[in-house]
Amino acid sequence: MEPIVPFTLLLVVFVAFIVMIPGYTSIPQLQQLMRSFPEQGFVAMAMAVSILSGGLDLSVGAVFAMADFLTLYFLMVLEWPLPLTIVAVMGWGALIGAINGGLIAYAKTRPFLTTMVVLIILRAAYNKITGQYAVELAGASSDNAAWDYLGGGFLFGIPINMVCLLVVGIVAHFYLTRIRSGVHIMAVGSSRKAARHAGIDVKWSLFMAYVLSGMMASLAGILYAARQNSAGTDTGVGWEVNALAAAVLGGISLSGGRGTISRALMGAAIIFLLINGLVQLGTHGSLTTAIIGAILLAAVAFNVKFVKNKGKLLQKIYVTPSLVEFEPPASIARDSGTVFAENDRLKNAEAIALDKIEGPEDIILDEHDHLYTVNRNGSIIRFLAPDYEVREEFARIGGRPLGMALDRDKNILVCVAGMGVYGVKPDRTVFKVTDETNRTWYRFKDDSRLWLADDLDVAPDGKIYFSDATTRYDLSDWALDGFEGRGNGRIVCHDPATGKTSTVLSNLAFPNGVCVSHDGRSVLWVSTWLCRIYRYWIAGEKAGQLELLVDNLPGYPDNVNRASDGTYWLAFVGLRSPVYDLAMADPAFRTRMVKQIPPDEWMCPGINNGCVIKFDDTGRVLESWWDPGGRSHPTITSMREHKGYLYIGGLENNRIGRVKLPNGDVNWTGWKSYWSSNGQNNSGVAPSNVRPITTAKAKHVSGA
Amino acid sequence: MTLALFVVLSAVLPGFVTLGNLFTLARNISILGILALGMAVVVIGRGIDLSQIATLACSSAIAVTLINSGWPPAAAIVFGLVLAIMIGVMNGYFVSVIEIPPLFTTLASGLLVLGLTRALVVPHYQVFLQPGHEFLLLLGGTVLGGVPVPLIAFAICALLLHLFLSRTVIGRFIYAHGDNAQAARMSGIATRPLTMIEYALSATIGYIGGIIMVGSTSLMHLQVVESTMIFDVILVVVLGGVSLVGGRGNVLSVIAGTLLIGVLLNAMTIMNLDIQTQDIIKGGVLLLAIILDSYIHPRDEETAKQGD
Repeated sequence: MEPIVPFTLLLVVFVAFIVMIPGYTSIPQLQQLMRSFPEQGFVAMAMAVSILSGGLDLSVGAVFAMADFLTLYFLMVLEWPLPLTIVAVMGWGALIGAINGGLIAYAKTRPFLTTMVVLIILRAAYNKITGQYAVELAGASSDNAAWDYLGGGFLFGIPINMVCLLVVGIVAHFYLTRIRSGVHIMAVGSSRKAARHAGIDVKWSLFMAYVLSGMMASLAGILYAARQNSAGTDTGVGWEVNALAAAVLGGISLSGGRGTISRALMGAAIIFLLINGLVQLGTHGSLTTAIIGAILLAAVAFNVKFVKNKGKLLQKIYVTPSLVEFEPPASIARDSGTVFAENDRLKNAEAIALDKIEGPEDIILDEHDHLYTVNRNGSIIRFLAPDYEVREEFARIGGRPLGMALDRDKNILVCVAGMGVYGVKPDRTVFKVTDETNRTWYRFKDDSRLWLADDLDVAPDGKIYFSDATTRYDLSDWALDGFEGRGNGRIVCHDPATGKTSTVLSNLAFPNGVCVSHDGRSVLWVSTWLCRIYRYWIAGEKAGQLELLVDNLPGYPDNVNRASDGTYWLAFVGLRSPVYDLAMADPAFRTRMVKQIPPDEWMCPGINNGCVIKFDDTGRVLESWWDPGGRSHPTITSMREHKGYLYIGGLENNRIGRVKLPNGDVNWTGWKSYWSSNGQNNSGVAPSNVRPITTAKAKHVSGA
Repeated sequence: MTLALFVVLSAVLPGFVTLGNLFTLARNISILGILALGMAVVVIGRGIDLSQIATLACSSAIAVTLINSGWPPAAAIVFGLVLAIMIGVMNGYFVSVIEIPPLFTTLASGLLVLGLTRALVVPHYQVFLQPGHEFLLLLGGTVLGGVPVPLIAFAICALLLHLFLSRTVIGRFIYAHGDNAQAARMSGIATRPLTMIEYALSATIGYIGGIIMVGSTSLMHLQVVESTMIFDVILVVVLGGVSLVGGRGNVLSVIAGTLLIGVLLNAMTIMNLDIQTQDIIKGGVLLLAIILDSYIHPRDEETAKQGD
């Protein structure tokens, strides 16, 4: 459930009571509300942690009551110092949590019944003990300044226990979303089976969840003791049900693993305000009980249905197209006379590996002229020089390998969709380069995983720059990202020297091909959906700046690679059409399309016909190479120049094309161009027509 | 095991094995036994009914209120029965159609029923049956020189339920449903109406227990809902060997569990333990029973569903 639902409810309840109860928003009244809320907030948090672990902790109410009594008893009757008391009472909560957790995790009992029985036992024990010590407690008092402050102090006008709640809440939130053991608790909650298969210690995580739950409940008891200085017979009675209702109302799914601390607190605030308001309005106590019961039923029902149908709902609303407006591009008509005019230069390309390869998205050749390419099934295939007839599986990585590059040590580096960046050494051993980037600190959603690593290149200093084309779609439905045209992708840099990976540019519209410029001072990358080539400076006085190099290409650019004459090759995976450009300028149309008609009826970018173009460092397009009708080479995603030939690969193709370049350097190889001392073309041509730009940041609609 | 406990307690506690004590024992645990029979139906169908006590207390309290207000007693009692069945069907609806886990459904519906009854019908915690309805009180009396009526009622209920569970199609379906709900559904059993029937049965049998309670004490005290009676019922069921994973156990196990708990409760009463200590001991025993149950019938980690 989106947090907006409980938040709206909270506002509605609050406004309703403002209307109904006079003086509801006066400062003392608000402070009073804030003063009496935190204990229930803590108990709801305790409940939330246990629910998030996939279980339930009904003993929180009794743990809370007992902690209340113990605090008073230690502090006033035994006259322990306050810190020792707090530690001891927290220890008490941890102990009960350990009993709950031990039974549930290690004896595999059912959470609901187990904690319910623990609740009964504790409640009975509490009633017995409070009855016995009532006299001693009534006669005792404590004149401890810290204790009084804890009970009635303010910090900037906010009651101190509220401050405690907020601090602990934030800490707990970060624990559950950023700290390993906390994330494990969430993982176990969302799928115990998957968590166990992933090697998480399920039992320990469950155990810890209940220990934490018990500790939070006992913290509530300490604060309550400081505020009330009493342990009555009805302390904490029914709190577990309120906490349960609060958690569910806040949108924490009872099946575990879905929800946040903030939602639990919102739910707790709703329940608290409701009960408090109903009391102020003079409602019959039983009716309040009935209302809580009804709320619990309604909230759980809503939650169950929501979780069950979330997939359908998401399917309907997940794709959120954005506005992309194009100018009409240069013509590609055969007689138009533009540089993009269609020709037959790829028509007679010889076919290598015909029907021996499935989807050679990228190709690369080594110093011995062997040809390496990626296969749909997750392996790197090698065709041996000179005639490329012998096929062998060079290495098996898994996933869907895409763009490739050679580093200084002649390792093949590969982007693998859904996995990250991997490498294959010349002796065929596969190693992981990186599978995550740094997490954006201000985003609630963990965005550290790589979704669709697409193409990469290596800078002179060994840093690997690669594109993570989209963070909203998997490879299986990457085309859906095209309907959005939104900045879902990023350029990421991995530094082998430090082993660190970090995002250098984000909010990019399907960044695809990546190529380090001939002078090694910038990275060229393309945005497929915006039909643009960008230059990102990584050295020199412009380091860190981003420039738009070429705009308004007539096709959808894919991989970029160096050419032997100091320029660059670029593949068009598909061609723009006026009607699709029009569709891109109408997000509502695309939204309706995705929602209302089946996928095979959708209007898609034309990716069944492409070409190869050549451009230089100034952004001038020099020539284009076509296979009209895409008979042999539709969906061209990459090309490599090697010793006077151009090799052509495609995402969906069954062959690799090879054409002789009329003025290609017959000694030029990619690896030499990058790594041999005379290969670096340091011509230092200052690009003339570049202008610094800022990327238009598409508005992000965060998913659930 | 019951026998062993019985013998030990007879040896240890004075006055345990007198006839009078035995009849008192029987009277006290008969009601518990009747409720456990109702609970067993739901538990065999892999559910649980935490609202049973609330349902019986509220529907019988409403029936008593109606009798007091001048309704013909038979009509009032039938009205209460219909009410109980409706609550049961509502539980079954939430569990099967909306797919809320039974524990939450019945926890919430218990609160709902109790709150509404107290707010709208029974302002105070108890309703007394006004004099003049002795035939109802017969239910709590004795016949044939000291055999308590509740015991007879328990026997009749047990026999009928036994025949129902083992000799009728629906009874066998309930076992199938509890054993593997998915398989039951796939093989064509209408599991949704079946679930409603299970909960309605639990409520109905509970209501019978409620009316007998009224007969025994001539009042219905709603505090019983907030007591730990529901756990005594679950305790009886689990200890008797009706496993919480469903599809196992029968009326005989309920009777065994009833005897066991009855002896235990009676012993604790004779030992003059206060109610809290009794709760602690009962809780401990229930905890052990649950641990034992999950040890004997472990959940399949690969297919286990969460939230139960």
